[in-house]
Amino acid sequence: MEIELLTGTTARALAFSTPLIWAAMGEIFAERSGVVNLGVEGMMILGAVTGFIAAQSSGDPWLGLLAAAMTGGVVGLFHAFAAVTLRANQYVSGLAITIFGLGLSGLLGRKWVGRPLFDSMEPFDLPLLSDIPIIGPALFTDQHALAYLALLVSVLLWFVLHHTRAGLVIRTVGESPAAADTAGRSVTLTRYLSVGFGGVMAGIGGAYLSLAYRPSWGEGMTNGMGWIALALAIFALWDPLRAVGAGLLFGAFFTLSFRLQDRFPPELLTLLPYVFTILALILTALGRGKRAFGAPEALGQAYSRGER
Amino acid sequence: MLGVRFERRPDPSPLLVFAVSLAAILAALLVTGVLFALQGVDPVAGFATILQRTILDPRGSSEVVRKSIPLLLAGVGIVLALRARFWNIGAEGQILAGAVAASGVALFLPVPPALMVPTMFLAGFIAGAAWGFLPAILKVRLGVNEIITTLMLNYVALYIVRWLINGPWRGDSVTGFSYSDRFPEYAWLPTIGTTRLHWPTLLIGLVLALLLAFVLFRTRLGFEIRMMGESPEAARYAGVDFFWTTIALVCVAAGAAGIAGVGEVAGIHQRLLEPTSISLGYGYTAIIVALLARGNPLATIVTALFMGLVFASGDIMKVSLRLPSQMPSVINGLVLLFLVCSEPLLRYRLVRRGGGPKRRVAKAN
Repeated sequence: MEIELLTGTTARALAFSTPLIWAAMGEIFAERSGVVNLGVEGMMILGAVTGFIAAQSSGDPWLGLLAAAMTGGVVGLFHAFAAVTLRANQYVSGLAITIFGLGLSGLLGRKWVGRPLFDSMEPFDLPLLSDIPIIGPALFTDQHALAYLALLVSVLLWFVLHHTRAGLVIRTVGESPAAADTAGRSVTLTRYLSVGFGGVMAGIGGAYLSLAYRPSWGEGMTNGMGWIALALAIFALWDPLRAVGAGLLFGAFFTLSFRLQDRFPPELLTLLPYVFTILALILTALGRGKRAFGAPEALGQAYSRGER
Repeated sequence: MLGVRFERRPDPSPLLVFAVSLAAILAALLVTGVLFALQGVDPVAGFATILQRTILDPRGSSEVVRKSIPLLLAGVGIVLALRARFWNIGAEGQILAGAVAASGVALFLPVPPALMVPTMFLAGFIAGAAWGFLPAILKVRLGVNEIITTLMLNYVALYIVRWLINGPWRGDSVTGFSYSDRFPEYAWLPTIGTTRLHWPTLLIGLVLALLLAFVLFRTRLGFEIRMMGESPEAARYAGVDFFWTTIALVCVAAGAAGIAGVGEVAGIHQRLLEPTSISLGYGYTAIIVALLARGNPLATIVTALFMGLVFASGDIMKVSLRLPSQMPSVINGLVLLFLVCSEPLLRYRLVRRGGGPKRRVAKAN
């Protein structure tokens, strides 16, 4: 009984946190390269709407996913253009993308509101892994492909970030762009790729909502998830694996807010991720300096050779 | 790349600043016109209808002013905080905090009717200030990024309001939608004539803009604030107290947003209700108001009116032009996008690579 509650909650938490994990992975890479992206919410909602329209028009949810990823990527590249090439304020650029994205998605999806998606992504059990006791029903049963992929991709990205040359370049560019530049690495290219990748991941996260989780389009359906994803990246101290753990924790709060509805106000559980993120920032600042916790040193700063 | 490079422009002229801002707005309106056309509305006729029903119509123009009140209050605050390099993205939460405090006073505090409105304004100011105090102290003490903390606090405020209207403050007679009981009548703000223009809030906004402009440009404190933003090193050397100056600035800024929240609940709805109905995104739009004002509190009077026009035209677009309700949000986004992309034109000038006076310096790297 107790175990069932635990596995059930974890399974729901994973389903809920899947879009958060996708978007947070992207944000982690963007921020590791030194660029803050407050446009996640906008990229997610644009991914959700273009994904839905493409899937509905073509009858193939995977084409929808592709469209969403590309949309996110293009918007991500625009953010990179503003932040890296124009050296505009990254925070304002991201905020603009979110405000614009929320409006534009409503405009694009106006005709599609309230129509269910005919061919959506269906949940399924993962063979073999779903038979593992406890972990199987908690993580590998009755989820959408994008949930399983989120787990796989996070491990992969963790490996890339910490154990490959590409990961080293990204981290160096985020920590000390001047050093990366001296070593012959292109700060501009690295940032463009990382932020573009972040957009792709946010687009996929949004598409999960409109193609799998709630296969339909509704205005503002991301409902602030982009901000939670942003919070998640910080709360996880810019590490992909910790982001999965923290994502499940955030998801568990949301799931519990339904289960405990009669005993505890759901709104107060929903605001916990935001409070936790502030606490994480405080602890990061109180800790042994930023370095020990992995906050990129050059986060939010434009780089130009020979100028400080 | 591109055969050009950036060179710092030390001090852009006011004319250039004005021209670039205007160009950004015009570019945003141009794209808006294209969006009109794509949806089957003749852009020229569309803009004409909007102007007719907003600026030229007394009822419409009062709505423009009404919607610019929260933008003015929050925007002036953001201008001030920006001067000290504090990015306050939290006006939305501070507006809600002010609304909650005012509602609490109106609903539960036994204040004599004559003192009710002043008490509500005071409570709203304090609550807003408190909502800004935390990020301010975290920034100056621990170096915690204020953009993220103020942003997160917006959502904390949003869910607290939802909790209140669904839980402890839920009105007795309420079915369906969640909101609090109606405030007693002496807690309503007076309005001008038959309009919904709650003038005490407008007056506070105007006075605040004037007062802060005076402080900023005519007092020693203002000099220190400007120094903090323009050359922190020199300010530190001159003995400016960063700690208290920042805290005080942010508290005043956030308190102003709190007053905007008071205006929305006491001047329009007379109750605490769904947070997205209290603030239609005023806190975020106030950032545009502040950026367009380029550091001048007086200029926010103009820029707040402009963004108020965008908000008010949203209703016109929906009702008269049958355009979707998302248009104002699209226009907001466009203005901000063009604004942020034009910003480098002010800070840098493009110099062809291989030319220009700084060639040798560039080569030395």
